[in-house]
Amino acid sequence: MSWLVRLLSVASKETRQLLRDRVTFGLIVGIPAMQIVLFGYAINFDVRDIDAVVLDQSRSSLSRQIVADLSATQVMNIAWQADSEAELAWRMRRGDARIGVVIAQDVERRLADGSRAAVQIITDGGQPSLQNVAQGLAALPVLTRHGAARPGQGVVELRTEYNPGKRTAVQVVPALVGTILNITMVIFTAGAIVRERERGNLELLITTPVSRGELMAGKLLPYVVIGLIQTTLILVIGHSLFAVPIAGSLVQLYLGALLFIAATLALGLFISTVARTQFQAFQLAFMTMLPSILMSGFVFPFEGMPVPAQWIAQVLPLTHFVEIVRGIVLRGAELGDMRAEVAKLLVFFVVMLVAAVLRFHKRLD
Amino acid sequence: MTAIVARGLVRRFGEVVAVDGIDLDVPERQIYGFLGPNGSGKSTAFRMICGLLLPTEGSVTVLGHDARKEPEKVRRRIGYMTQRFSLWEDLTVRENLGFMCRVFGMSRRDTHSRIAERIREYQLEDLERRFAGTLSGGQKQRLALAAATLHGPDLLLLDEPTSAVDPQSRRDFWEKLFELVAGGTTILVSTHYMDEAERCHRVAILDRGRIAAEGPPRQLARDIDATVLEVECGNLPAARRRLAGERWVRSVAQLGNRLHVLVARDEPEPMERLRALVLGDCPDVQVERVAANLEDVFVAATGRRAASTVPAQEAAA
Repeated sequence: MSWLVRLLSVASKETRQLLRDRVTFGLIVGIPAMQIVLFGYAINFDVRDIDAVVLDQSRSSLSRQIVADLSATQVMNIAWQADSEAELAWRMRRGDARIGVVIAQDVERRLADGSRAAVQIITDGGQPSLQNVAQGLAALPVLTRHGAARPGQGVVELRTEYNPGKRTAVQVVPALVGTILNITMVIFTAGAIVRERERGNLELLITTPVSRGELMAGKLLPYVVIGLIQTTLILVIGHSLFAVPIAGSLVQLYLGALLFIAATLALGLFISTVARTQFQAFQLAFMTMLPSILMSGFVFPFEGMPVPAQWIAQVLPLTHFVEIVRGIVLRGAELGDMRAEVAKLLVFFVVMLVAAVLRFHKRLD
Repeated sequence: MTAIVARGLVRRFGEVVAVDGIDLDVPERQIYGFLGPNGSGKSTAFRMICGLLLPTEGSVTVLGHDARKEPEKVRRRIGYMTQRFSLWEDLTVRENLGFMCRVFGMSRRDTHSRIAERIREYQLEDLERRFAGTLSGGQKQRLALAAATLHGPDLLLLDEPTSAVDPQSRRDFWEKLFELVAGGTTILVSTHYMDEAERCHRVAILDRGRIAAEGPPRQLARDIDATVLEVECGNLPAARRRLAGERWVRSVAQLGNRLHVLVARDEPEPMERLRALVLGDCPDVQVERVAANLEDVFVAATGRRAASTVPAQEAAA
């Protein structure tokens, strides 16, 4: 049992130091609170009320119907009617309208044979969010063909994709649990070993009977608790501020979070054994964060990424946790339904922890 | 019994040879000193002895255990005080001591009584609840020694323990060391203070990774391969210039208003020869033969001045 005493003494020492470091302690609460509020409001895929200019060359009942449907999506606000292509271009150049809609003269025939576009949507390519909107709107005629039972009702389908305002928050907040944990856990532990090395404590620590495993586990333990606190904080804020419902069981959710916390802590610890200075450790930590955030399927849909990027994403624990957390929170799934993700996280944790323990020697060379 | 036995100890860092073939026999219950300038290999040798660095070549046996093969057995029985303060500055004095007790596997009750004992012995009573980072150099050093001795080690390794400490604290510190030795502890201490080296039972003078001289300080001074003279006169700079070019003069150093001169031992009439040499510039010259100190031993053994060692007179000031 002496190993447990040593492990716990390292853990309690770490906790003491952590609680005394007010800035770090503030970050434990501050980072999640700030990020969820910022991300929750800022990351909003709902695009609404964009001023649009319409050039209706057909002037038929169908074209009026299309314009009415487009307008009903609330994505665009039909602010201008243009009489010519030049006028439409002029409106857009001036910035009066950020979306242009051109309805071809023979719109009816084009819709019927489906070989050529009936409605052209023009957007500013410099604005990615508008691109998305345009793609969505441009999918209109295709959608009508898929909605076989009610031809011409494709517009309605599009509307459901964008309209209900809360959907983004519902999608983003659960994944934010993962993103925020990923950031804080890796940053906190990346410095753990390096800090003691830099301050000279390590030279003393490794002449004591504390073993490598005891030291590593003792250092991780306090952060596991912190990770769970952060998870709770994000869920509470997400629930109260963004009304994100939790469909699945909380126990399942916390078990999943625990696994993810362990994986990211092990990653941070590994970084800590590679870096020679705290500065290097933070740089390495950031190096793992950006791909995690961008490639995990949190921001961009996983399926839309090129295959090599999908492979890289497979290595990132966040990818699997985003799956897990969305599954539990949104679909009410259980961990048992997502065995592959759970297994991948477990493997990642074990590999990283073993690598960290192997890399760390109780020697200075 | 011998506490530390090293044979042919070598440590290279890439091209740099930090320790270059050291043989060492440190007897038990003595204070054994490593004297040498910065970069002479003192810390590297220390780290090999406590298993923090693997030797490139050679062997070290510490308290009967091979430091390379059984570092954990060695670690339980040694106390190590690093050159830099290595306890946790954001923990209090008591918390630091408590943590060290726990990792050395003491029970809660033992921890409690041992801490109380050390706090009393090392006059830390008023500092118990202070953060270690706020202590003065001397207080930090007392705390570090108290921490290093918590588990009752048989061997204490003290790497330049007094480098950041005032003279009074240094004196008190050495009193503590002699108390520990009287209690049965063996102490290996490195220093670049000549007066501290002179307090050791034995010293090894390190120079560029090698042992240049080894033995009890007084014996080293007695057996020195040089004659030590001190010169007083009205024009020291001129006298110094005059001596500098002479091949039989091994070194000249100014100490206040005197010149401290080492000359070859085989010189038959060194005082007369020296007086004759400077008489032209300094008619009032006085030459006196003095006992050698450890710095003279260092200079005589290495053939150069110990640039970063501090002579006893200055160190005590």
